[in-house]
Amino acid sequence: MSREILKVSGLSMRFGGLLAVNGVGLTVKEKQVVSMIGPNGAGKTTVFNCLTGFYKPTAGTILLDGEAIQGLAGHEIARKGVVRTFQNVRLFKDMTAVENLLIAQHRHLNTNFLAGLFKTPAFRKSERDAMEYAAYWLDKVNLTEFANRPAGTLAYGQQRRLEIARCMMTRPRILMLDEPAAGLNPKETEDLKALISVLRNEHNATVLLIEHDMKLVMSISDHIVVINQGTPLADGTPEQIRDNPEVIKAYLGEA
Amino acid sequence: MTRHLKSALFSALLVWAVAYPVLGLKLSIVGIGLEVHNSSPLTLAIIAICSVLMFVRVLFSDQLSAAWKASPNMPKVPAKASNFLTLPSTQRWIILGLVVVALVWPFYGSRGAVDIATLILIYVMLGLGLNIVVGLAGLLDLGYVGFYAVGAYTYAMLSHYFGFSFWVCLPIAGLMAATFGFLLGFPVLRLRGDYLAIVTLGFGEIIRLFLRNLTDITGGPNGISNIPKPTLFGLSFDRTAAEGMQTFHEYFGLEYNSINKVIFLYLIALVLVLIVLFVINRLLRMPIGRAWEALREDEIACRALGLNPTIIKLSAFTLGATFAGFAGSFFAARQGLVTPESFTFIESAIILAIVVLGGMGSQLGVILAAIVMILLPEMMREFSEYRMLLFGAMMVLMMIWRPQGLLPMQRPHLELRK
Repeated sequence: MSREILKVSGLSMRFGGLLAVNGVGLTVKEKQVVSMIGPNGAGKTTVFNCLTGFYKPTAGTILLDGEAIQGLAGHEIARKGVVRTFQNVRLFKDMTAVENLLIAQHRHLNTNFLAGLFKTPAFRKSERDAMEYAAYWLDKVNLTEFANRPAGTLAYGQQRRLEIARCMMTRPRILMLDEPAAGLNPKETEDLKALISVLRNEHNATVLLIEHDMKLVMSISDHIVVINQGTPLADGTPEQIRDNPEVIKAYLGEA
Repeated sequence: MTRHLKSALFSALLVWAVAYPVLGLKLSIVGIGLEVHNSSPLTLAIIAICSVLMFVRVLFSDQLSAAWKASPNMPKVPAKASNFLTLPSTQRWIILGLVVVALVWPFYGSRGAVDIATLILIYVMLGLGLNIVVGLAGLLDLGYVGFYAVGAYTYAMLSHYFGFSFWVCLPIAGLMAATFGFLLGFPVLRLRGDYLAIVTLGFGEIIRLFLRNLTDITGGPNGISNIPKPTLFGLSFDRTAAEGMQTFHEYFGLEYNSINKVIFLYLIALVLVLIVLFVINRLLRMPIGRAWEALREDEIACRALGLNPTIIKLSAFTLGATFAGFAGSFFAARQGLVTPESFTFIESAIILAIVVLGGMGSQLGVILAAIVMILLPEMMREFSEYRMLLFGAMMVLMMIWRPQGLLPMQRPHLELRK
């Protein structure tokens, strides 16, 4: 069986008197797509924020390839290869699409001050490589023709795709998508589903997903974790989750 | 019309309330006391006319704005032209043209004019440096003058105590200011927006008070005087050279002329400005320049992509401080005297005004704004009493009509070639 990329156990997050996340555990294996679902306000995004270092979890361990990363700063976790998108798209709106992708490659670039000042060959090469890599990914997400447009002027679905491409630029070990299908029309959701499959099958991406679109979740996930009111409710394959009475109750209320 | 009556009356009264105490009353010293007199009837009449005009203007504001819009021959900058003017490539050519003019004219200009131009260049340098911090990285720094002071005092003290020359001290002053920028930046940069502004304001004042009260080393309020001027490869521009040195006019067999010294200082300032311009132009096209922009737009997204916000902000802060250090040491050399009073908060405010007036992030804008800000007060010496009033009025008008600044610049976008 493939390697465990991310292993979370006993994750808790307390805001004053509110226990937003209580003992959540999940395991993501290499090249898996794992989804986290649950009613609104269940604490899914809080789990994401803990995993990516935006919150410091109150308790629990987060192991990335066996290395504990809980409590590290956000940019340090991102550098270790845990990269996320946001529920409300967070692109650099005044910068062009291709520049958005260049920013994401910042730490792979030649940032030597003098090299940049005098445009040394090494600097030019590093910039050219970054540009080529950005062009490659723009092509992957079908945005090549919009490369030089400010990101803020793109259509919503395009912005979503650009944000995913931007994450891929950092060469992540695990890609975390926070409601990537929110606000997309059915056609765009289909495209998104295809894109996630491509990421997994051709680029060996491991994906952790928060999503409300059940059709998307059921069709794409290898494994599903259900959270309700901050506590783990169920855990299993899409079929197991679909037939779980507890889950149905949490979503639809008591009959 | 009647609904404007109330506000019209109020505006007219406001004109009186503002103008009468400032223009209509004159203070004169009689013996040891002060007496208040009315000024001439003419002044009062002018204020009265102004208030009536204000009354009419507000009363008929609807009709006036309609007429304003209807008038066909209003000089208006077409959108295409203004877009063209804000393009980075256009502004580069304009800057090149300005540089050529700036290189040639001092040889024909008067001594006073060249001297003022040198002062303008100092402010251009400061404005460009602060532009990195405020315009590019979006960090509001109200204590910028502190680094200027560090640069100035570094040169003054090194030359006073150790006899170092300007050219040795210039890089040291830059390094020193950078060190201060780095050290102050570390604790400060985790703050945001307003808080950052207040704390940097405090730091600027601390540096000034420190220099003022460290009497044994910095000379306290008297400062340090007799700072030597820069030399050209060891050739001094004084009338008679110090021992073991030669003067410029002797070496080249010229008649001594004091304007040579002024022109030389001007040219040094120009070269420094050109270096700063070059560095900033490169920075805009380097990863760090893009990172500043990204950080200004969305810090959270930057963190999620693995960019360290502290280091990126710190680099902007440090680089800005370095340029202030260069400007400071040049200022000390030109002035020959540094005192803490040259580095008060009003200097920070003027530099910030230059950046905002010129258009954040725009280099040509900063140059133009520095010229306006320094030249206007010099040219309007007769009005010196009302200088601050005009200054304020100009700021208000700018914010109403051109909040984006005199000449904003579009950032040079990197484009994908197909």
